[in-house]
Amino acid sequence: MPYDEKMVAPMREEVRQIGARELCTVAEVDEALGDAKGTTLVFVNSVCGCAAGGARPALQAALKHTVLPQSIVTVFAGQDVDATRRARQYFSDYQPSSPSFALLRDGEPVYMVHRHMIEGKSPQAVAAALKEAFDKFCGVSV
Amino acid sequence: MSGHVFHPGHDQLHGITVILETTGPRVLVGRFDSQDEQGVNLIGVSVFDTSGGESTKEEFLARTRKFGVKVDHPHLRIPLPTVSRILPLGD
Repeated sequence: MPYDEKMVAPMREEVRQIGARELCTVAEVDEALGDAKGTTLVFVNSVCGCAAGGARPALQAALKHTVLPQSIVTVFAGQDVDATRRARQYFSDYQPSSPSFALLRDGEPVYMVHRHMIEGKSPQAVAAALKEAFDKFCGVSV
Repeated sequence: MSGHVFHPGHDQLHGITVILETTGPRVLVGRFDSQDEQGVNLIGVSVFDTSGGESTKEEFLARTRKFGVKVDHPHLRIPLPTVSRILPLGD
């Protein structure tokens, strides 16, 4: 059952402020991820403590990196249920968890940060993993 | 254990995805909920039987770390005498 939207609203706003585009419907997910070219980071937001203490600060820190995905989007697990389920279909080889990050390149998942990789970690540690993935998968080939 | 307690009053491992090794052939991965004098409660649990012979415990754990926890049971209570050790999956 979804939480009270008034409680969740600041958690959504925090991620929008960071620069992620929020996808609340299946249509919005398909528009963003269907036939996607280039690189997209999908952040699966959640109400849990490791989203507040780890994942969202990590996203903020990671997005200050010099190499970034071309698109940053977010869905909210447990709140926008259909949109989240749809987004997870784009990386369905991986088990669902939240919070989590999926990095897609040309529509294919190339890197995942599962919840178990966020739990108990500092935001800096999670951000470092994301930055490493950005360097590896989002850099321009010359 | 480097983590912090998200919910005051709970066990230090509350909310953390752990590997629970049993005294038998089974290894479990799930989110630690609570523990009392009788047992440990895990949520969203994947169970691997090391006597199956199809793959090793290390392969199971490597697969789980990469692809996430494949939930076989929404909740399991494991009797304390059968628990060998518990450690965070993410470490």
